[in-house]
Amino acid sequence: MALSAANLNVGDTHTEVLVEDLKRTQLVQYAGASGDYNPVHTDEKFVTEVAGYPTVFAHGMLTMGMTGMLVTNYVGDGQLTKYGVRFVNQVWPGDTLTGTAEVTEIRQEDGEHLVDLKITTVNQNDTPVMTGTATARITA
Amino acid sequence: MAVENFAVEASHIMMFARAIGDPNQVYANAAYAEGTEAGGIIAPPTFAQASAQFDEDYRLRPKVGHPWMGSGKEATGIAPKDPGAGDDPPVGMGARGLHAEQHFEYHRHMRPGDVLSAVVKKGESWEKHSKRAGVLKFSETVTEYRDQTGELVITARSVGVTTEKAVEG
Repeated sequence: MALSAANLNVGDTHTEVLVEDLKRTQLVQYAGASGDYNPVHTDEKFVTEVAGYPTVFAHGMLTMGMTGMLVTNYVGDGQLTKYGVRFVNQVWPGDTLTGTAEVTEIRQEDGEHLVDLKITTVNQNDTPVMTGTATARITA
Repeated sequence: MAVENFAVEASHIMMFARAIGDPNQVYANAAYAEGTEAGGIIAPPTFAQASAQFDEDYRLRPKVGHPWMGSGKEATGIAPKDPGAGDDPPVGMGARGLHAEQHFEYHRHMRPGDVLSAVVKKGESWEKHSKRAGVLKFSETVTEYRDQTGELVITARSVGVTTEKAVEG
């Protein structure tokens, strides 16, 4: 359900583990569903011998998608009006990701009640892999 | 680059939700979704990215009759000097293209039955120097997704970066 302004405070947080021990198979799954077949995400031979990385790494958009789950679990279905992120570090197979949404502002715009969130996703070393913001409709 | 006839389908939404590990039934079960605040199946917030499937010119999908950079007999199907490889591949193409930023503005959420089209417009481009990755070339695109009635559904802004060296970290 949509959040209610009456029950929200700046500084409130919602945290979820997004994935534990990320598997290469999930990268294949995401490539197929999204249509992004860049071999750096699925082709060990290409990524190590041609691209020069130690192994395949996750699509940034997979991290954004997994973190989107945390955001919609918090604000409810269909309430997001904005969601934007920066990819700050790569995500590798074996990583465990945890996302946090923090309330930064509760406001009204054109008669609508809105909440602004700061989004941070970190890996098992507490290193941020993605940071961003989101805005969602809430009830009074 | 253009997206045409991006027909939003329930089965594609379900597969996309599975791929991001989201078990929310609002993406998979029509009867359940009707009882939620969404009022029916909607697409997850990042589903617009799957429009790549409907872009004829999308360069990160193998195409019959064209060289593909992924491995087969060799570690890559594109020799460095192949005419198709180019000296300066577009952002996102090849080993050094990475996604730096992605922003979505939802005018409404996509639903099965929507048929979207989108025009991708080039935005700004800029360069930065990084100790970790050498010269970084950033370029921005703005994509407006409209439905079959012309209504604006989602505005997406994407920033890609090509790096001089492989980035680990």
